[in-house]
Amino acid sequence: MTEICATTDEAVAGIEDGATVLVGGFGLAGMPSALIDALIRQGATNLTVVCNNAGNGDTGLAALLAAGRVRKVVCSFPRQSDSWVFDRLYREGRIELELVPQGNLAERMRAAGAGIGAFYCPTGAGTLLAEGKETRVIDGREYVLEHPIHGDVALVKAHVADRMGNLVYRKTARNFGPVMATAATSTIVEVHRLVEPGALDPEVVVTPGIFVDRVVVTGDQGDPA
Amino acid sequence: MSGAVIEHLDRGPLDRDELAARVARDIPAGSYVNLGIGQPTTVADHLRPGSGVVLHTENGMLGMGPAATGDQIDLDLINAGKAPVTELPGASYFHHADSFAIMRGGHLDVCVLGAFQVSGRGDLANWHTGAPDAIPAVGGAMDLAIGAKSVFVMMTLFAKDGTPKLVRECTYPLTGVGCVDRLYTDVAVIAFGPRGASVLETYGIAASRLVELLDVPLIDISAAD
Repeated sequence: MTEICATTDEAVAGIEDGATVLVGGFGLAGMPSALIDALIRQGATNLTVVCNNAGNGDTGLAALLAAGRVRKVVCSFPRQSDSWVFDRLYREGRIELELVPQGNLAERMRAAGAGIGAFYCPTGAGTLLAEGKETRVIDGREYVLEHPIHGDVALVKAHVADRMGNLVYRKTARNFGPVMATAATSTIVEVHRLVEPGALDPEVVVTPGIFVDRVVVTGDQGDPA
Repeated sequence: MSGAVIEHLDRGPLDRDELAARVARDIPAGSYVNLGIGQPTTVADHLRPGSGVVLHTENGMLGMGPAATGDQIDLDLINAGKAPVTELPGASYFHHADSFAIMRGGHLDVCVLGAFQVSGRGDLANWHTGAPDAIPAVGGAMDLAIGAKSVFVMMTLFAKDGTPKLVRECTYPLTGVGCVDRLYTDVAVIAFGPRGASVLETYGIAASRLVELLDVPLIDISAAD
Protein backbone atom coordinates (compact mmCIF):
# COMPACT_ATOMS: atom_id res chain seq x y z
CA MET A 1 0.00 0.00 0.00
CA THR A 2 1.07 3.55 -0.57
CA GLU A 3 2.27 5.39 2.52
CA ILE A 4 1.55 9.11 2.84
CA CYS A 5 4.53 10.78 4.51
CA ALA A 6 4.33 13.94 6.59
CA THR A 7 7.73 15.27 5.53
CA THR A 8 10.27 14.78 2.76
CA ASP A 9 12.76 13.58 5.41
CA GLU A 10 10.36 10.79 6.32
CA ALA A 11 9.84 10.04 2.63
CA VAL A 12 13.55 9.42 1.90
CA ALA A 13 14.32 7.60 5.18
CA GLY A 14 16.11 4.30 4.70
CA ILE A 15 17.85 5.01 1.37
CA GLU A 16 21.10 3.08 1.72
CA ASP A 17 24.70 3.85 0.81
CA GLY A 18 25.51 2.47 -2.63
CA ALA A 19 21.87 2.60 -3.78
CA THR A 20 20.88 3.15 -7.40
CA VAL A 21 18.54 6.14 -7.42
CA LEU A 22 16.37 6.94 -10.44
CA VAL A 23 15.76 10.69 -10.52
CA GLY A 24 12.92 12.04 -12.68
CA GLY A 25 12.95 15.23 -14.65
CA PHE A 26 14.12 16.66 -17.94
CA GLY A 27 16.20 19.67 -17.02
CA LEU A 28 14.20 21.22 -14.19
CA ALA A 29 10.76 20.14 -15.49
CA GLY A 30 9.66 17.24 -13.30
CA MET A 31 12.82 17.38 -11.19
CA PRO A 32 11.92 16.18 -7.65
CA SER A 33 13.92 18.98 -6.01
CA ALA A 34 12.38 18.68 -2.52
CA LEU A 35 13.16 14.95 -2.36
CA ILE A 36 16.73 15.54 -3.58
CA ASP A 37 17.21 18.19 -0.87
CA ALA A 38 15.93 15.65 1.66
CA LEU A 39 18.33 13.02 0.30
CA ILE A 40 21.21 15.46 0.79
CA ARG A 41 20.15 15.85 4.46
CA GLN A 42 19.59 12.10 4.81
CA GLY A 43 23.23 11.39 4.03
CA ALA A 44 23.28 8.27 1.82
CA THR A 45 26.47 8.22 -0.21
CA ASN A 46 28.30 6.29 -2.93
CA LEU A 47 25.09 6.53 -4.98
CA THR A 48 24.50 5.70 -8.61
CA VAL A 49 22.11 8.28 -10.05
CA VAL A 50 20.09 7.58 -13.19
CA CYS A 51 18.71 10.80 -14.66
CA ASN A 52 18.40 12.35 -18.11
CA ASN A 53 20.71 15.23 -17.17
CA ALA A 54 23.50 15.51 -14.64
CA GLY A 55 22.27 18.53 -12.71
CA ASN A 56 21.63 22.20 -13.45
CA GLY A 57 23.13 25.16 -11.63
CA ASP A 58 24.02 24.62 -7.97
CA THR A 59 20.77 23.22 -6.57
CA GLY A 60 18.92 19.91 -6.64
CA LEU A 61 20.86 17.13 -8.33
CA ALA A 62 23.86 19.42 -8.84
CA ALA A 63 23.97 19.99 -5.05
CA LEU A 64 23.89 16.22 -4.42
CA LEU A 65 26.81 15.83 -6.83
CA ALA A 66 28.69 18.76 -5.26
CA ALA A 67 28.28 17.14 -1.84
CA GLY A 68 30.33 14.20 -3.14
CA ARG A 69 27.55 11.68 -2.67
CA VAL A 70 27.35 10.31 -6.19
CA ARG A 71 29.81 7.72 -7.48
CA LYS A 72 28.30 7.28 -10.91
CA VAL A 73 25.82 9.03 -13.19
CA VAL A 74 23.87 7.17 -15.85
CA CYS A 75 22.42 9.76 -18.21
CA SER A 76 21.90 10.84 -21.80
CA PHE A 77 22.79 14.53 -21.74
CA PRO A 78 25.17 15.68 -18.99
CA ARG A 79 26.65 18.64 -20.88
CA GLN A 80 24.53 21.76 -20.58
CA SER A 81 25.20 25.46 -20.26
CA ASP A 82 24.71 25.22 -16.47
CA SER A 83 26.16 21.76 -15.71
CA TRP A 84 29.38 23.15 -14.19
CA VAL A 85 29.21 20.93 -11.09
CA PHE A 86 29.13 17.70 -13.11
CA ASP A 87 31.64 19.06 -15.65
CA ARG A 88 34.19 19.77 -12.91
CA LEU A 89 33.76 16.40 -11.16
CA TYR A 90 33.99 14.58 -14.49
CA ARG A 91 37.13 16.41 -15.62
CA GLU A 92 38.72 15.74 -12.21
CA GLY A 93 37.92 12.04 -12.59
CA ARG A 94 35.79 12.08 -9.45
CA ILE A 95 32.62 10.79 -11.02
CA GLU A 96 31.91 7.94 -13.39
CA LEU A 97 29.66 8.49 -16.42
CA GLU A 98 27.65 5.89 -18.32
CA LEU A 99 26.30 7.73 -21.34
CA VAL A 100 23.07 6.18 -22.66
CA PRO A 101 21.00 7.34 -25.63
CA GLN A 102 17.86 8.92 -24.21
CA GLY A 103 15.43 6.38 -25.67
CA ASN A 104 17.55 3.51 -24.36
CA LEU A 105 17.55 5.11 -20.93
CA ALA A 106 13.73 5.19 -20.96
CA GLU A 107 13.29 1.75 -22.51
CA ARG A 108 15.84 0.07 -20.23
CA MET A 109 13.88 1.33 -17.23
CA ARG A 110 10.60 0.37 -18.88
CA ALA A 111 12.05 -3.14 -19.35
CA ALA A 112 13.06 -3.28 -15.69
CA GLY A 113 9.55 -2.35 -14.60
CA ALA A 114 7.92 -4.73 -17.05
CA GLY A 115 9.98 -7.80 -16.16
CA ILE A 116 11.84 -7.94 -19.49
CA GLY A 117 15.26 -9.66 -19.27
CA ALA A 118 16.88 -7.66 -22.10
CA PHE A 119 15.87 -6.40 -25.54
CA TYR A 120 17.31 -5.78 -28.98
CA CYS A 121 17.30 -2.11 -30.00
CA PRO A 122 18.53 -0.48 -33.23
CA THR A 123 19.59 2.76 -31.52
CA GLY A 124 23.34 3.24 -31.48
CA ALA A 125 24.15 0.23 -33.70
CA GLY A 126 27.56 0.75 -35.29
CA THR A 127 28.49 3.57 -32.90
CA LEU A 128 30.84 4.04 -29.94
CA LEU A 129 27.94 3.56 -27.51
CA ALA A 130 27.32 0.01 -28.74
CA GLU A 131 30.96 -1.08 -28.45
CA GLY A 132 31.36 -4.35 -26.55
CA LYS A 133 27.64 -5.05 -26.64
CA GLU A 134 26.09 -8.13 -28.19
CA THR A 135 24.47 -7.42 -31.56
CA ARG A 136 22.15 -9.37 -33.78
CA VAL A 137 20.85 -8.87 -37.31
CA ILE A 138 17.07 -9.24 -37.44
CA ASP A 139 15.34 -8.95 -40.82
CA GLY A 140 18.47 -7.39 -42.27
CA ARG A 141 18.87 -4.70 -39.64
CA GLU A 142 21.45 -4.57 -36.85
CA TYR A 143 20.20 -4.43 -33.27
CA VAL A 144 22.07 -4.05 -29.98
CA LEU A 145 21.24 -6.06 -26.86
CA GLU A 146 20.27 -3.68 -24.06
CA HIS A 147 19.76 -4.65 -20.42
CA PRO A 148 17.24 -3.28 -17.93
CA ILE A 149 18.09 -0.53 -15.45
CA HIS A 150 16.59 -1.30 -12.04
CA GLY A 151 16.52 1.29 -9.29
CA ASP A 152 16.61 0.62 -5.59
CA VAL A 153 14.74 3.89 -5.28
CA ALA A 154 12.96 6.24 -7.70
CA LEU A 155 12.47 9.91 -6.82
CA VAL A 156 9.62 11.30 -8.91
CA LYS A 157 7.67 14.55 -9.06
CA ALA A 158 3.99 14.43 -10.01
CA HIS A 159 1.22 17.01 -9.94
CA VAL A 160 -1.57 15.35 -7.94
CA ALA A 161 -1.78 12.07 -6.02
CA ASP A 162 -4.71 10.46 -4.31
CA ARG A 163 -4.31 8.48 -1.08
CA MET A 164 -4.14 5.26 -3.14
CA GLY A 165 -0.95 6.58 -4.77
CA ASN A 166 -2.54 7.16 -8.17
CA LEU A 167 -0.72 9.96 -9.97
CA VAL A 168 -1.32 12.57 -12.62
CA TYR A 169 1.43 14.77 -13.97
CA ARG A 170 1.59 18.22 -15.49
CA LYS A 171 2.52 18.94 -19.13
CA THR A 172 6.11 18.03 -20.10
CA ALA A 173 7.03 17.60 -16.42
CA ARG A 174 5.68 14.04 -16.86
CA ASN A 175 8.75 12.91 -18.87
CA PHE A 176 10.57 10.04 -17.07
CA GLY A 177 8.29 9.91 -14.00
CA PRO A 178 5.85 7.18 -15.08
CA VAL A 179 8.65 4.94 -16.37
CA MET A 180 10.89 5.37 -13.32
CA ALA A 181 7.94 4.72 -10.99
CA THR A 182 7.69 1.20 -12.42
CA ALA A 183 11.42 0.44 -12.36
CA ALA A 184 12.40 0.85 -8.70
CA THR A 185 12.01 -1.31 -5.62
CA SER A 186 10.76 1.75 -3.78
CA THR A 187 9.14 4.70 -5.56
CA ILE A 188 8.95 7.97 -3.65
CA VAL A 189 6.85 10.78 -5.11
CA GLU A 190 6.57 14.46 -4.28
CA VAL A 191 3.30 16.06 -5.36
CA HIS A 192 1.79 19.51 -5.35
CA ARG A 193 -1.52 18.24 -4.04
CA LEU A 194 -3.02 15.17 -2.33
CA VAL A 195 -6.69 14.29 -2.83
CA GLU A 196 -9.05 11.68 -1.44
CA PRO A 197 -9.71 8.42 -3.32
CA GLY A 198 -12.35 9.04 -5.97
CA ALA A 199 -11.29 12.62 -6.63
CA LEU A 200 -9.11 11.59 -9.57
CA ASP A 201 -10.97 10.29 -12.61
CA PRO A 202 -9.68 6.70 -13.00
CA GLU A 203 -9.62 7.26 -16.78
CA VAL A 204 -6.95 9.94 -16.48
CA VAL A 205 -4.65 8.30 -13.92
CA VAL A 206 -1.19 8.06 -15.52
CA THR A 207 0.67 6.08 -12.85
CA PRO A 208 -1.49 3.59 -10.93
CA GLY A 209 -0.84 3.51 -7.20
CA ILE A 210 0.58 -0.02 -7.28
CA PHE A 211 3.85 1.53 -8.52
CA VAL A 212 3.99 4.12 -5.75
CA ASP A 213 5.38 3.40 -2.26
CA ARG A 214 5.54 6.80 -0.59
CA VAL A 215 3.94 10.17 -1.31
CA VAL A 216 4.78 13.50 0.23
CA VAL A 217 3.03 16.80 -0.44
CA THR A 218 5.42 19.65 -1.17
CA GLY A 219 2.71 22.16 -2.01
CA ASP A 220 2.52 24.56 -4.88
CA GLN A 221 6.05 25.83 -4.47
CA GLY A 222 7.37 26.32 -7.96
CA ASP A 223 4.03 25.25 -9.39
CA PRO A 224 2.70 27.90 -11.73
CA ALA A 225 -0.78 26.36 -11.99
CA MET B 1 15.81 9.72 -60.10
CA SER B 2 16.46 11.67 -63.28
CA GLY B 3 16.74 15.34 -64.19
CA ALA B 4 19.42 17.97 -63.96
CA VAL B 5 20.99 19.59 -60.94
CA ILE B 6 19.29 22.92 -60.26
CA GLU B 7 22.07 25.49 -60.00
CA HIS B 8 21.23 28.87 -58.47
CA LEU B 9 24.22 30.79 -59.80
CA ASP B 10 22.69 34.27 -59.73
CA ARG B 11 23.02 34.42 -55.95
CA GLY B 12 25.34 33.54 -53.06
CA PRO B 13 25.00 30.75 -50.52
CA LEU B 14 21.85 30.48 -48.38
CA ASP B 15 22.01 32.35 -45.09
CA ARG B 16 20.79 30.60 -41.92
CA ASP B 17 17.25 31.86 -42.33
CA GLU B 18 17.07 30.89 -45.98
CA LEU B 19 18.46 27.45 -45.17
CA ALA B 20 15.76 26.91 -42.54
CA ALA B 21 13.14 28.04 -45.09
CA ARG B 22 14.60 25.66 -47.70
CA VAL B 23 14.29 22.71 -45.28
CA ALA B 24 10.75 23.75 -44.34
CA ARG B 25 9.75 23.72 -48.03
CA ASP B 26 10.51 19.97 -48.21
CA ILE B 27 8.43 19.03 -45.16
CA PRO B 28 5.16 17.59 -46.49
CA ALA B 29 1.88 19.10 -45.27
CA GLY B 30 0.31 17.09 -42.48
CA SER B 31 3.50 15.35 -41.39
CA TYR B 32 4.66 14.56 -37.87
CA VAL B 33 8.05 16.21 -37.42
CA ASN B 34 10.78 16.41 -34.78
CA LEU B 35 13.17 19.35 -35.00
CA GLY B 36 16.50 18.88 -33.22
CA ILE B 37 17.88 21.42 -30.80
CA GLY B 38 19.82 24.42 -32.12
CA GLN B 39 19.49 25.47 -35.74
CA PRO B 40 16.88 22.83 -36.71
CA THR B 41 14.45 24.42 -34.22
CA THR B 42 14.30 27.51 -36.47
CA VAL B 43 12.70 25.46 -39.27
CA ALA B 44 9.41 25.79 -37.34
CA ASP B 45 9.38 29.54 -38.08
CA HIS B 46 9.19 28.79 -41.81
CA LEU B 47 6.45 26.16 -41.92
CA ARG B 48 3.47 27.43 -43.92
CA PRO B 49 0.50 28.44 -41.79
CA GLY B 50 -2.16 25.80 -42.28
CA SER B 51 0.36 23.17 -43.37
CA GLY B 52 -0.97 20.90 -40.64
CA VAL B 53 2.54 19.87 -39.60
CA VAL B 54 2.47 18.48 -36.04
CA LEU B 55 5.66 19.03 -34.05
CA HIS B 56 6.90 16.36 -31.66
CA THR B 57 9.29 17.10 -28.82
CA GLU B 58 11.26 14.22 -27.29
CA ASN B 59 10.41 15.25 -23.74
CA GLY B 60 6.87 14.07 -24.24
CA MET B 61 4.59 16.19 -26.39
CA LEU B 62 2.88 16.31 -29.78
CA GLY B 63 1.31 19.55 -30.97
CA MET B 64 4.05 21.82 -29.68
CA GLY B 65 3.48 25.49 -30.42
CA PRO B 66 5.88 28.44 -30.75
CA ALA B 67 8.19 29.71 -28.01
CA ALA B 68 6.38 31.01 -24.92
CA THR B 69 6.73 34.66 -23.98
CA GLY B 70 5.67 36.75 -20.99
CA ASP B 71 2.72 35.28 -19.10
CA GLN B 72 2.74 32.17 -21.31
CA ILE B 73 5.98 30.93 -19.74
CA ASP B 74 5.35 27.76 -17.73
CA LEU B 75 8.42 25.87 -16.51
CA ASP B 76 6.51 22.58 -16.82
CA LEU B 77 6.12 23.17 -20.57
CA ILE B 78 9.47 23.13 -22.35
CA ASN B 79 11.03 21.78 -25.54
CA ALA B 80 14.02 19.47 -26.03
CA GLY B 81 16.34 22.46 -25.69
CA LYS B 82 14.63 23.19 -22.33
CA ALA B 83 13.21 26.49 -23.58
CA PRO B 84 9.60 27.37 -22.62
CA VAL B 85 7.11 26.64 -25.40
CA THR B 86 3.33 26.67 -25.87
CA GLU B 87 0.76 24.00 -26.65
CA LEU B 88 -1.54 24.06 -29.68
CA PRO B 89 -5.15 22.84 -29.69
CA GLY B 90 -5.06 19.05 -30.06
CA ALA B 91 -1.74 18.69 -28.25
CA SER B 92 -0.97 15.60 -26.18
CA TYR B 93 1.50 14.72 -23.45
CA PHE B 94 3.09 11.32 -22.85
CA HIS B 95 5.96 9.78 -20.91
CA HIS B 96 9.46 9.20 -22.19
CA ALA B 97 9.09 5.53 -23.17
CA ASP B 98 6.09 6.43 -25.36
CA SER B 99 7.89 9.48 -26.73
CA PHE B 100 10.84 7.36 -27.85
CA ALA B 101 8.52 4.65 -29.18
CA ILE B 102 7.23 7.43 -31.45
CA MET B 103 10.81 8.27 -32.47
CA ARG B 104 12.35 4.81 -32.72
CA GLY B 105 9.25 3.05 -33.99
CA GLY B 106 9.09 4.83 -37.34
CA HIS B 107 6.09 6.98 -36.49
CA LEU B 108 7.69 10.35 -37.26
CA ASP B 109 7.63 11.36 -40.93
CA VAL B 110 10.62 13.68 -40.73
CA CYS B 111 13.30 14.66 -38.28
CA VAL B 112 15.74 17.52 -38.82
CA LEU B 113 19.15 17.30 -37.15
CA GLY B 114 22.35 19.33 -37.09
CA ALA B 115 25.70 17.69 -37.82
CA PHE B 116 29.46 17.91 -37.40
CA GLN B 117 29.97 15.60 -40.37
CA VAL B 118 28.03 13.47 -42.84
CA SER B 119 29.70 10.76 -44.92
CA GLY B 120 29.08 9.98 -48.59
CA ARG B 121 27.12 6.91 -47.45
CA GLY B 122 24.85 8.98 -45.27
CA ASP B 123 26.54 8.23 -41.94
CA LEU B 124 25.87 10.98 -39.40
CA ALA B 125 28.22 12.37 -36.73
CA ASN B 126 26.62 15.00 -34.53
CA TRP B 127 27.00 14.12 -30.85
CA HIS B 128 30.65 14.11 -29.86
CA THR B 129 33.88 15.58 -31.14
CA GLY B 130 35.84 12.80 -29.45
CA ALA B 131 38.24 15.38 -27.98
CA PRO B 132 39.80 14.09 -24.74
CA ASP B 133 38.47 16.95 -22.58
CA ALA B 134 35.03 16.99 -24.23
CA ILE B 135 32.08 15.90 -22.11
CA PRO B 136 30.01 13.65 -24.33
CA ALA B 137 26.23 14.15 -24.51
CA VAL B 138 23.96 12.24 -26.88
CA GLY B 139 20.37 12.95 -25.81
CA GLY B 140 17.85 11.66 -28.34
CA ALA B 141 20.02 12.08 -31.45
CA MET B 142 20.77 8.38 -31.95
CA ASP B 143 17.12 7.40 -31.56
CA LEU B 144 15.97 10.03 -34.07
CA ALA B 145 18.73 9.20 -36.55
CA ILE B 146 17.63 5.57 -36.88
CA GLY B 147 13.93 6.01 -36.21
CA ALA B 148 12.35 8.72 -38.34
CA LYS B 149 11.05 7.81 -41.82
CA SER B 150 13.10 10.65 -43.34
CA VAL B 151 16.21 12.06 -41.70
CA PHE B 152 17.08 15.57 -42.85
CA VAL B 153 20.36 17.13 -41.79
CA MET B 154 21.16 20.84 -41.95
CA MET B 155 24.67 22.29 -41.62
CA THR B 156 27.17 24.45 -43.47
CA LEU B 157 28.95 22.36 -46.10
CA PHE B 158 32.37 23.66 -45.09
CA ALA B 159 33.83 24.36 -41.64
CA LYS B 160 35.16 27.85 -40.91
CA ASP B 161 38.65 26.73 -41.96
CA GLY B 162 37.27 25.53 -45.31
CA THR B 163 37.36 21.80 -44.48
CA PRO B 164 34.41 19.93 -46.02
CA LYS B 165 31.92 18.47 -43.55
CA LEU B 166 30.59 16.07 -46.18
CA VAL B 167 33.38 13.50 -46.06
CA ARG B 168 34.35 10.06 -47.36
CA GLU B 169 34.47 8.68 -43.79
CA CYS B 170 33.40 10.53 -40.66
CA THR B 171 36.33 11.21 -38.33
CA TYR B 172 34.02 12.12 -35.45
CA PRO B 173 32.16 9.33 -33.60
CA LEU B 174 29.00 8.26 -35.43
CA THR B 175 25.44 8.97 -34.35
CA GLY B 176 23.95 6.58 -36.91
CA VAL B 177 25.11 4.47 -39.85
CA GLY B 178 23.74 5.27 -43.33
CA CYS B 179 20.77 7.06 -41.79
CA VAL B 180 20.74 10.44 -43.59
CA ASP B 181 18.23 10.87 -46.42
CA ARG B 182 18.75 14.55 -47.27
CA LEU B 183 21.52 16.99 -46.47
CA TYR B 184 20.65 20.70 -46.61
CA THR B 185 23.59 23.05 -46.63
CA ASP B 186 24.27 26.70 -47.42
CA VAL B 187 25.62 25.80 -50.86
CA ALA B 188 23.94 22.53 -51.84
CA VAL B 189 21.07 20.13 -51.23
CA ILE B 190 22.27 16.53 -51.42
CA ALA B 191 20.23 13.32 -51.49
CA PHE B 192 21.40 9.91 -50.29
CA GLY B 193 20.15 6.71 -51.85
CA PRO B 194 21.23 3.08 -52.22
CA ARG B 195 23.78 4.09 -54.88
CA GLY B 196 25.27 6.96 -52.91
CA ALA B 197 25.05 10.74 -52.69
CA SER B 198 23.79 13.04 -55.43
CA VAL B 199 23.61 16.82 -55.66
CA LEU B 200 20.06 18.05 -56.25
CA GLU B 201 20.54 21.80 -55.99
CA THR B 202 23.34 24.31 -55.55
CA TYR B 203 23.43 27.91 -54.32
CA GLY B 204 26.12 30.30 -55.55
CA ILE B 205 28.37 27.54 -56.84
CA ALA B 206 28.39 25.27 -59.88
CA ALA B 207 27.89 21.56 -59.24
CA SER B 208 31.09 20.82 -61.16
CA ARG B 209 33.07 23.09 -58.80
CA LEU B 210 31.47 21.41 -55.78
CA VAL B 211 32.59 18.00 -57.03
CA GLU B 212 36.18 19.33 -57.15
CA LEU B 213 36.00 20.64 -53.58
CA LEU B 214 34.62 17.43 -52.06
CA ASP B 215 36.44 14.15 -51.57
CA VAL B 216 33.18 12.23 -51.93
CA PRO B 217 31.91 10.37 -54.98
CA LEU B 218 28.74 12.11 -56.17
CA ILE B 219 26.26 10.54 -58.55
CA ASP B 220 25.48 12.63 -61.62
CA ILE B 221 21.68 12.69 -61.46
CA SER B 222 21.35 13.94 -65.03
CA ALA B 223 23.03 10.71 -66.18
CA ALA B 224 21.07 8.46 -63.81
CA ASP B 225 18.16 6.30 -64.92
